Amino acid sequence: MKTIFERPKTLINKPFTYCPGCHHGLAQRLIAEVIDELDIAEKTIGVGPVGCSVYIYEFFNLDFVMGAHGRAPAVATGVKRSLPDRIVFSYQGDGDIAAIGTAEIVHCANRGELITSFFINNAVFGMTGGQMAPTTLLGQKTTTSPFGRSAEVQGFPFKLGEMLAQAEGSAYIARVALTNPRLINQAKRCIKKAFLTQIEKKGFALVEILSPCPTNWGMTPLEAVQWVEEKMIPYFPLGEIKVKEDGSHDAS
Amino acid sequence: MERILMKGNEALAEAAIQAGCRFYFGYPITPQTEISEYLSRRLPEVGGVFLQAESEIAAINMVYGAAATGARVMTSSSGPGISLKQEGISYLASAELPCVVVNMSRGGPGLGNIQPAQSDYFQATRGGGHGDYRTLVLAPSSVQELVSLTHRAFYLADKYRNPVKILGDGMLGQMMEPVTWEEIELPPLPPKNWAIKGKGEGERKFILCMELDPQELEKFNRKLEKKYQQMAEEDTAWEIFGEESDPHLLLVGFGTVARILKSVIREGKKEGWRIALLRPITLFPFPYKVVQKMAEKAGKVLVVEMNLGQMIEDVKLGVEGKAPVHFYSRVGGMVPTVDEVLQKIADILRGEGRK
Amino acid sequence: MAKAKVNINQEFCKGCGLCVNICPKKILVIGNDFNSKGYYPATMMEEEQCTGCGFCAQVCPDVAISVYRE
Repeated sequence: MKTIFERPKTLINKPFTYCPGCHHGLAQRLIAEVIDELDIAEKTIGVGPVGCSVYIYEFFNLDFVMGAHGRAPAVATGVKRSLPDRIVFSYQGDGDIAAIGTAEIVHCANRGELITSFFINNAVFGMTGGQMAPTTLLGQKTTTSPFGRSAEVQGFPFKLGEMLAQAEGSAYIARVALTNPRLINQAKRCIKKAFLTQIEKKGFALVEILSPCPTNWGMTPLEAVQWVEEKMIPYFPLGEIKVKEDGSHDAS
Repeated sequence: MERILMKGNEALAEAAIQAGCRFYFGYPITPQTEISEYLSRRLPEVGGVFLQAESEIAAINMVYGAAATGARVMTSSSGPGISLKQEGISYLASAELPCVVVNMSRGGPGLGNIQPAQSDYFQATRGGGHGDYRTLVLAPSSVQELVSLTHRAFYLADKYRNPVKILGDGMLGQMMEPVTWEEIELPPLPPKNWAIKGKGEGERKFILCMELDPQELEKFNRKLEKKYQQMAEEDTAWEIFGEESDPHLLLVGFGTVARILKSVIREGKKEGWRIALLRPITLFPFPYKVVQKMAEKAGKVLVVEMNLGQMIEDVKLGVEGKAPVHFYSRVGGMVPTVDEVLQKIADILRGEGRK
Repeated sequence: MAKAKVNINQEFCKGCGLCVNICPKKILVIGNDFNSKGYYPATMMEEEQCTGCGFCAQVCPDVAISVYRE
C-alpha cells in the first residue's frame, strides 16, 4: 500500500488540545510538513504565543521557547540574533500579534528580521472565551462587542499583512485559508516560501492564516468554515501580498 | 593593570564586555544612554550583537530570547524603562533565564527628572512584576565598583539562572572616576545544558514560563523559594565603614548616599563621634542579621536615602525594634550634603542628652 | 477500482465532521459510539468505494486520518 497521507514526523503523535474544527491544528500540521520537507527540524526553533496554542511546544518535535503575550517577535529576534544560522519561527493568534504585540511585529518586519512569522486570524480572542479581536469583522458579535462591532465605536478590522507589506524589511507576506484541499495546498506552498525567505536571508516573512473558531463563534465546524469563506475572505483577501524577489539582505 | 579615568556608564559597559556579555538590547533613556552608545560601538568589535529595540518592552523580551539560548545578555534603562520591563523580568524569573538588568535610576514618579535618586528601591528589591519572584539586586557606590559588580552580576545570574539587577543612579552613571582594569577571577559555573540551540540529533528542549497544574506550580514556586534562600545564605554582601567595634550611632545607606556618609563619619570624628556605616551591597538579599548586630551595638540607627523612605523598611525588619531607627532624606534629585547629615546626627545625639 | 484504506484515529478525532463533508464519495459518517473524551469520532462506511483521494486527511484539523492506496 502506498501512503497517500500520514502524520508528519515533526508533529508529535498526540492529540491536539484545540476545539473540534479549529484550524490551529491544521496550520501546525502544514508547518510541520514543510519543516520535514525542508529537512530543517534539527536546527529549527519555535517561539510560541499566549492563546489557544500556548501548548504548541507540546506538539512539535523541535526546541521551543514560550514567551509573554504579544512578545513572540521580540523573543524570536533575541533567539535569531544569538543563533543566526538556526531557523526561527514565531506563531501567534490575532490578539497576540495585532493587539498587544503590534509594535513588536511591525518593528520585526521593519528590521527585516530573518524570522518566519505565522499569524492565525480567527477574528476573536479564543483562549479567553471569544472577545473582540483587532480582526473582528464589522457587525460581528463577540463577548465584548455584544451588539456587533461598529466602526464608530471599535474601529475597523486590522489588515496586518497589508500594513507589514509597507515595511521595507518584509520580503514575503501572504494570507491563506485552509477551508478546502485546494486552499490547503496553496497555503502549504506559501508556508514553504515563507521559510525559504528566511533560509535565503531575503528578509522578514509572514503568513496570515484565516481560521474558523466554531466554539466562540457559536457555530458548527462546517458553518464556521463557510463563515470564513463567505465573510472573512472578502474582507481579508487571500494571496501573496508581497514577494520581494531580489532583496537578499543579511540582517545579522 | 591599566588605570583609566572613565564615566560610570561606560565603565559598566566595558565591564560587561569583559565579563563575556555578547548581546545587548536597549532603549535610550537619560541618565543611562551612554551604556547603549558605548556598546553600540564595542559589541560589534567583539563579535557581539547590539540592537536598539522599539521599546523597553521589546528589549526585555529580546533579552529573554537571547538568554534562552544561553548567551550572556544585558539590558539597561532608568526607572521609567524598568517599569516597562517588569513583566519581562517576571517571565525571565519564571523561565529561570540568566541576564543582567541595569537601572541608573532618576527622580520620579512619572517622568520625574534626570537627576540621581534612589526611589526605585522597592521596584528593584520587591520586584515590580507579578508573582512570587525575587531578583538579586547589586548596589554599586563607585565607578570601580560598577566594574566589579557587573562581573559579579553576570556570574550570579548564571549561578542562579535568575535575572540580576544593578541599581545605580544618575550620578554614578554620569560621574567620572579612575578605574583599575584587572583580571577578575570568579568560581567556575556548570555548563548551560538547558540552553536552546535547535535539537540537532538530541532530545528537544523547551524554555517555559507557565504551569497550569497548581501542584506542579507549587513545586516550582518552592524551587524558586529555595533559590532565593540560597542567595541570602551565600551571596548577601555589605560593607562596614568607620567605628565598627563601639559606635555611638549606626548609619545605613547604599550607593551614592553611602559615599556621603563616609565623609560624615570622617567629619564626625572631629566632634568625637564614633559612627559606623553599614552599606548594603546586595539590596536583595538584604543583610538583615548584620543590621541587627550593628544596631544593637550602636543603640540607635540613622538611615539616609534619596527617596521618601524605602530601604528603611528593610532596616527596621532587621533591627526588629531593638533600637530606634531615624530617617533623613533628600528627594526629587536633590542629594543630601555632609553638613545636613551632621546636623541630623547632632539632633539625634542631643535628643539623647549627649553633647 | 484501486483499493484504498483510511485509518481514523478514534482518540484523536473530535467528530468535527469536516471530513464527512468533504468526502467526494460521501462514505464517511459520524459514528455512534464515543471516545475517551466523549467525542463521537468519524468512521468509514463503505471502504471499497474509497478512491484514496486523501481529501478527508487534508482537511482534518486533528491530523487523525491516514490514507493508503494500492
